[in-house]
Amino acid sequence: MRVSKSFSGVQVLKDVEFDVRDGEIHCLAGENGSGKSTLVKIISGVYQPDPGGRIELRGAPVRRNSSIGAIHRGIQVIYQDLSLFPTISVAENIAIGQMIAEGDRLVGAGAIRTLAKRATDRIGVSLPLDERLGNLSMADQQLVAICRAFMGEVKLLIMDEPTTALTRKEVDSLFGVVKDLQRSGTATLFISHKLDEVFDIAERVTILRDGVKVGTYDPAELDDDKLSFLMTGKSLTFEPVSPVSPGSAPLLRAEGLSKPGNFADVSFRLDRGEVLGITGLLGSGRTELALALFGLNPAEEGRIEIEGRPAKLRSVRSAMGCGIAYVPENRLVQGLVLHQSVAKNFLLTVLRSLRTRFGLIDSRRQAAEVGRWMGELKVKAPSFDAPIETLSGGNQQRVVLAKWIATGPKILILDGPTVGIDIAAKSEIYSTIRRLAAGGMGIIIISDEVNELMRTCNRIIVMRRGRFMEEFSGSGMTAEAVARAVAGESEAIA
Amino acid sequence: MKRIFRSSETYLLLVIVAFSAVIACINPNFLTLENGFDLLKSYSFMGIMAAGVLVVLISGGMDMSFAAVATVAEYVMALVATRLGGNILSSFLIASAIGAALGLVNAVLVYRFRIPTVIATIATMNVFYGVLIMVTGGKWIYTLPDWFRSFAGINVLSLDGPNGSTYGLSIVTVVWIAVIILSSFILRHTVVGRGVYAMGGCGSDRGPVERAGFDVRGIHLFIYAYMGFLAGVAGVVQALLVQTVAPNSIVGKELSVIAAVILGGASIAGGTGSVAGTVLGVALIAIMNNGLTLMRIPSYWYDVLVGGVIIISVVINALQARRKHRKVIEIERSKA
Repeated sequence: MRVSKSFSGVQVLKDVEFDVRDGEIHCLAGENGSGKSTLVKIISGVYQPDPGGRIELRGAPVRRNSSIGAIHRGIQVIYQDLSLFPTISVAENIAIGQMIAEGDRLVGAGAIRTLAKRATDRIGVSLPLDERLGNLSMADQQLVAICRAFMGEVKLLIMDEPTTALTRKEVDSLFGVVKDLQRSGTATLFISHKLDEVFDIAERVTILRDGVKVGTYDPAELDDDKLSFLMTGKSLTFEPVSPVSPGSAPLLRAEGLSKPGNFADVSFRLDRGEVLGITGLLGSGRTELALALFGLNPAEEGRIEIEGRPAKLRSVRSAMGCGIAYVPENRLVQGLVLHQSVAKNFLLTVLRSLRTRFGLIDSRRQAAEVGRWMGELKVKAPSFDAPIETLSGGNQQRVVLAKWIATGPKILILDGPTVGIDIAAKSEIYSTIRRLAAGGMGIIIISDEVNELMRTCNRIIVMRRGRFMEEFSGSGMTAEAVARAVAGESEAIA
Repeated sequence: MKRIFRSSETYLLLVIVAFSAVIACINPNFLTLENGFDLLKSYSFMGIMAAGVLVVLISGGMDMSFAAVATVAEYVMALVATRLGGNILSSFLIASAIGAALGLVNAVLVYRFRIPTVIATIATMNVFYGVLIMVTGGKWIYTLPDWFRSFAGINVLSLDGPNGSTYGLSIVTVVWIAVIILSSFILRHTVVGRGVYAMGGCGSDRGPVERAGFDVRGIHLFIYAYMGFLAGVAGVVQALLVQTVAPNSIVGKELSVIAAVILGGASIAGGTGSVAGTVLGVALIAIMNNGLTLMRIPSYWYDVLVGGVIIISVVINALQARRKHRKVIEIERSKA
């Protein structure tokens, strides 16, 4: 196919020529706003290409492009939000689309089960068909979405960021399914900006940047640096971070923190200006520990000292009082009031400090404060009065960061600081983190992405099943060693 | 088997059995067939409206206007019956058609203009009720035609009481049973019905429902028209039970109907609920009310009790949901 697309005068795709071969696993990579989604929507018939563009399927030109037409031609898309229904059964989620497409009015439990069973057998997975969908893990929900897509004849399966919500192990089993599908002749188009995954599975990688195709590559000729260079047009280099020489008085010292069912016997120290990474699989207790430090999930045993003084972290207020700030894992749910403006979201944490002596809010200082911090963190927003949901993920994350940094914390806890944002935005957040640490703040980063920790942390601790298992720093801190420590135990269990 | 122990209907049934046992110990009249048939008759009205409310709640919506819709339908039906005549079938047809039409007004406000359902239906409740009072001047209708009166007395199944009186399964209860069967068929076995569940599970986001190919507009029209239709039927049932029609007799009952549906396991958040649960919810409300009367406890305790039971059931639901979400980590026994 060869297409261009513009929306109200803005050209989003410029003369992109793109092809997927039969039975191929192809990855479409690019930053947010590079035109990936638009290209996918043209393939799936949601948008029409601009005049002059053409789409061919197995050599035959596609004339009138439409969603339902694309489905009939064997093109299925699994959207990032999966578009599943949490309160009805797995079997119904798989079968209902097909029943609607065939114009059925009545549904029988038996017919639904048969249809769903056929789909799961075809993919070769076993799912609890009678369970409510909402009770399934994200990975199983992803499989449900795939089964649903495979109700009809599928020649090309498009998956939009299928792995963002999955753990490494779940991603591997998803890839297993994709490879099985490939054997039966289905081509898969992945959209992703997780680099390591691209290398794992794709046979060819097409990179878009600002609506232009940069090229199509064999993953063997790409590496991390080259791929991110092609995607961003900038070369992003980083130097490994050396350990901080421990000061005489640690900023934070934790001794024997335990909470049944969460974590056990956790001890560590954090120095001023140090960035400490805590990693581990989902369910290793890393997030629970972070919440404990912020008073949301207090530890039942153990001691915490901040600047040498014992600290009781029983509530968020007491944690904030001790100079701790926490940026949550899921910023959308936990960190932001989505319908409210950028300025209001930012001001939530600092309102108290903006009071005049009559206890009212000084609106001029308020505006100044918003402007200063939004500039500091390079937040791109049409206006500070725009609802925060209109901002891109990277910018939302920056507002959350700004809101906490503005409270002037001594200790900043970041849980998954770059989940769901693109490379350029990530590297800006990394440099912000380093800059804050250089200013003397102690930072704890909780993350799945070992590369992210490698780029920001002085020290990395690996958690498994609620305990600290291994610690890395200096020359022993390599991505391979950390990744092995994370996976180590889980392989034995599986 | 596991499924049975997990469902909220089972717990509700246990609570009902326990309540009944307590009441029966204090007043043996409670557990008579006569009292049972009587409850089934007098709670048909609430039960029919509850089925409609259930559909609205599953879809993630809320309807505050159904009592006003029932009143309007009842009043117009009674006017036609007294002035123009007709028969019981025409009365049901008129009332349910008016109910469905008023329901469609709600559907349009909710679908077309995306007004939050609570607000849209509070507004229409006031409009419907206000117009009715304005037009009728609040006059009661006392004399309903003989055919209307005699229909209400029909028992499908008659039994002789110990002291010469007869009692049995009222035709009114049969109407309720028909509504139960119809509603559960629609919710379980039609694409529209499953669409209602799907829509409720997705909150306010219509995208996934649309992308799956559901006719979202059609589902909205169905939900509120069906609610209105049942409100119309309930209006006739109310007139059959009371044999007078007053513009202010139903309004104010919304909350106890909604309470019954929520007790029956439907979630305000949408996506869950069943007809069986709703019937049990109505049964619990009926038994509590009736039981307190039979135990000679002042009636204001009834409100306190209903409120208390709702709080307890909602808290239990919330706790169960939280338990499911809490990630419990199996802690490593010792450092490897």
